[in-house]
Amino acid sequence: MTGPIIELKEITKKYDNQYAVDHLSLTIQKGEIFGLLGPNGAGKSTTILMMLGLSEPTSGSVSVCGIDSTRYPLEVKARVGYLPDDLGFYHHMTGLENLMYTAALNGIPKQEAKELATQLLDRVGLNHAADKKTGKYSRGMRQRLGLADVLIKKPEVIILDEPTLGIDPEGVRELLKLIKELNEQENITVLLSSHHLHQVQQICDRVGIFVSGKLLAEGNLARLAQQLFFEDTFVVNVTAEGIEQSLLEELHKINGVNRVEKLNTSLEIYCDRDVTSIIAEKIIQSGARLSYINKKDYGLDEIYHRYFEGREAT
Amino acid sequence: MPSLSKLLPTESLDSERPRSQMALQRRNAFQAIVRKEFTDYLTSWRIIILLVIILLTCVGSLYTAITSIQDALNASNDAKEIAKDSFLFLKLFTVSDGTLPPFITFVGFIGPLLGIALGFDAINSERNKGTLSRLMAQPIPRDYVLNAKFVAAILINVVLFAILGLIVTALGILIIGIPPSFEEFARIALFITLCICYIAFWLNLGILFSVRFKQAATSALSGMAVWIFFSVFYSMIIQIIAKVMFNPEAITTQSAAISRQETILNLMRLSPNYLFNESTSILLSPSVRSTGPLTMEQTAGAIAGPLPLSQSLLLIWPQLTGLIAATLICFAISYLLFMRQEIRGSQ
Repeated sequence: MTGPIIELKEITKKYDNQYAVDHLSLTIQKGEIFGLLGPNGAGKSTTILMMLGLSEPTSGSVSVCGIDSTRYPLEVKARVGYLPDDLGFYHHMTGLENLMYTAALNGIPKQEAKELATQLLDRVGLNHAADKKTGKYSRGMRQRLGLADVLIKKPEVIILDEPTLGIDPEGVRELLKLIKELNEQENITVLLSSHHLHQVQQICDRVGIFVSGKLLAEGNLARLAQQLFFEDTFVVNVTAEGIEQSLLEELHKINGVNRVEKLNTSLEIYCDRDVTSIIAEKIIQSGARLSYINKKDYGLDEIYHRYFEGREAT
Repeated sequence: MPSLSKLLPTESLDSERPRSQMALQRRNAFQAIVRKEFTDYLTSWRIIILLVIILLTCVGSLYTAITSIQDALNASNDAKEIAKDSFLFLKLFTVSDGTLPPFITFVGFIGPLLGIALGFDAINSERNKGTLSRLMAQPIPRDYVLNAKFVAAILINVVLFAILGLIVTALGILIIGIPPSFEEFARIALFITLCICYIAFWLNLGILFSVRFKQAATSALSGMAVWIFFSVFYSMIIQIIAKVMFNPEAITTQSAAISRQETILNLMRLSPNYLFNESTSILLSPSVRSTGPLTMEQTAGAIAGPLPLSQSLLLIWPQLTGLIAATLICFAISYLLFMRQEIRGSQ
């Protein structure tokens, strides 16, 4: 397949003179898992609704699977599975009935729908609860049923809005594994939005950081770190006793170290390349008793946290 | 674990599908929603209870009507002959011995409740349960949801009133022993259509509130408030206005009195309950000749006798149109509101 499967060009959405989405451009290739990351109220859900044609952009164009979502929402919705964040089912119907209703809305004949629904329930691990009323499902089960519900229309793209919200860690792991499997085995493109960074980081090929309607940075983790922080890409944490002023000066002289901060017995050393071993050597040479040294890996959490820390200061 | 690769085609076929097939698929989707809503109504306690209440009141009022008619029939031998000419069968719906109100009063009173109960949580419950956004993510036009819910509720009404009408007719034939004439049957059929239109108005009012208000309780209470206002307070208010207007000192001529009477009547007709009562009484009592005031001159020389069906129909035409118009207005407003609403979570 050629060409991006989701393409947003300069889209904006205005509510009462305020931008919910501000000139956003984004392309997602087929077969990717893309994570849309941002705090609550960043405009993630609004963007997703515009992709599905459920909300009209104030300006700009959205195309999904090569179809203009704003003008032909039905064609788009036939190919895209959407798992909303406030997912709900008809309580008085069983899991199987709920799936079959969705299948009927997608024009799948009853016999075929039943087979498909049973297979999908098996796949998401809910075959034991197929005939149970969804009112009695736990949150994690509902979310998995939601995934089956999304898949029943045989989508090319699935869009998951906060799929891991409110599930226990084990449930999250299983759900993410399932998403990854779907992506690998069926070659379904996945777009998922979240504010849980370490979860996104586990499965996403690419991540976009989205704050107040703007895409701040996108790419894989290493690129994100580069985009957001040109310096101080590495932070080394040191705990030692007997740190003297001369040691701090020594550390400062190491090539690549930008900044050294001292808090009681611990040090935080910001550097633009990995100089952990040299730091350790210097500390031991100075005679201080080193008890702990750690190079911080840049998880998304850190990127996120430091980004916002920086923003509040300005 | 079974693999989905067989089930999930890499190429979507939609673009190659002919348009007619798409249309067929959408019609099937529409039917699927109607079917589900209809089943939901039939299995929900709320509706079952209401249906039982309506059935019971119907049987109750039918019983009182039958006993009073039988008493009259047994009184003399000629009564049966007279009965045939005077639309006795229709009396089943309008007559009572005083212990229970007649059938038409019951329908006028409880019908709105049924309509509101069918409609008040149509949209907002879907929204609160989080099923609306899931529904909207399926390839169906947005208005299908609203239209299908309306169609399902109307279907319930049609079935209910067809059953009620036929039960009353059947029992009437069995107990009184006089079969209805064709005209009587046509009048009963029209009366039932009128009931359905009347309930459709309240149904649409319920749907309108369900689109407008996020909480089901708010929309139910607003619906009930309108219902109570029109069935209890509205006539009181009009009576107060009438008292002021018919102040004897202000009325000097006969034409002034008539024009004021007409004004009061027209004010009354703003209430859907009044429109319904007026038109049902004309349909079921063929001897009623006018909905407005008649002067002595107008009635002079008139031969007392029932109106033919076509004339009765002509008489209630404005009422019927008004009722349908009110229904359509409610539906149009809810349609517009719904189409413009954000499909967003309940937050």
